[in-house]
Amino acid sequence: MVYLTRLEHFNAAHKLVNPTWSPEQNEAVFGKCANENWHGHNYDLYVTVKGQPDPDTGFVMDVKKLSQLIREQVVERLDHRNLNLDVDFMQGKLCSTENLAIGIWQQLAPLLPPGVTLHSIKLYETPRIYVEYFGEK
Amino acid sequence: MSNKVAVFRREHFNAAHRLYNPQWDQARNEEVFGKCAWPHFHGHNYELEVRVVGVPDPETGYVMDMKRLSDLIQREILGRFDHRNLNLDTEEFRHRNPTAENIAVVIFDLLRPHIDPSMDLRVRLYETPRNFVEYPVD
Repeated sequence: MVYLTRLEHFNAAHKLVNPTWSPEQNEAVFGKCANENWHGHNYDLYVTVKGQPDPDTGFVMDVKKLSQLIREQVVERLDHRNLNLDVDFMQGKLCSTENLAIGIWQQLAPLLPPGVTLHSIKLYETPRIYVEYFGEK
Repeated sequence: MSNKVAVFRREHFNAAHRLYNPQWDQARNEEVFGKCAWPHFHGHNYELEVRVVGVPDPETGYVMDMKRLSDLIQREILGRFDHRNLNLDTEEFRHRNPTAENIAVVIFDLLRPHIDPSMDLRVRLYETPRNFVEYPVD
């Protein structure tokens, strides 16, 4: 089994707000991340797939196709967007980096070619904060 | 040979913004600024480098106390811009387009009065790891 990773990035606005809480409670839990008028990040996204290298090509997966898939399914829907307002798969969810990683997994996992499995989503919100998601075991 | 030394302090802040000229309609804004003009904002991790040049003080050996420089940036810049919407939440960009260029100029203007006039000040601002600007230019 070989693991293949593609790095993409996108810039987006968001805020952390639980709509069932008061502004004070949101402020107490999420601090300045709850700022009403949003803030934003440069996100770096590492998508890792796994599989056996194809005997004819030597590839686990054509990385150009992986890149296209990530761009179409994820980057075009997130880049220069407001994660809370503009992204269909984040509607009704808290826009934490954790939930965003799960959302990205759900967009990509069903669309990989036969024999290729999604291994992990690693999502950097800042150079010093990132989350990893390996799917439901 | 000058005995001046450059000292640098790096800080960072995260903010939302959009690029928008209010004298143009949305279509014209998107023609010029592309997806940066989209109405619901986007955001960046801004990395800020502040450079101060001067002669080290004979008594302390410092060009400038870095703790003082750090506190100054914290108070004047991060306190204003971190986790804010530059267009909506700041006085500085209420009537000025928050491009990286304009943000660097604003940061310079906010810091300059608090740094000894005998010292040179320069600001470098990274909007992304691959887009950055510097002000002033020699």
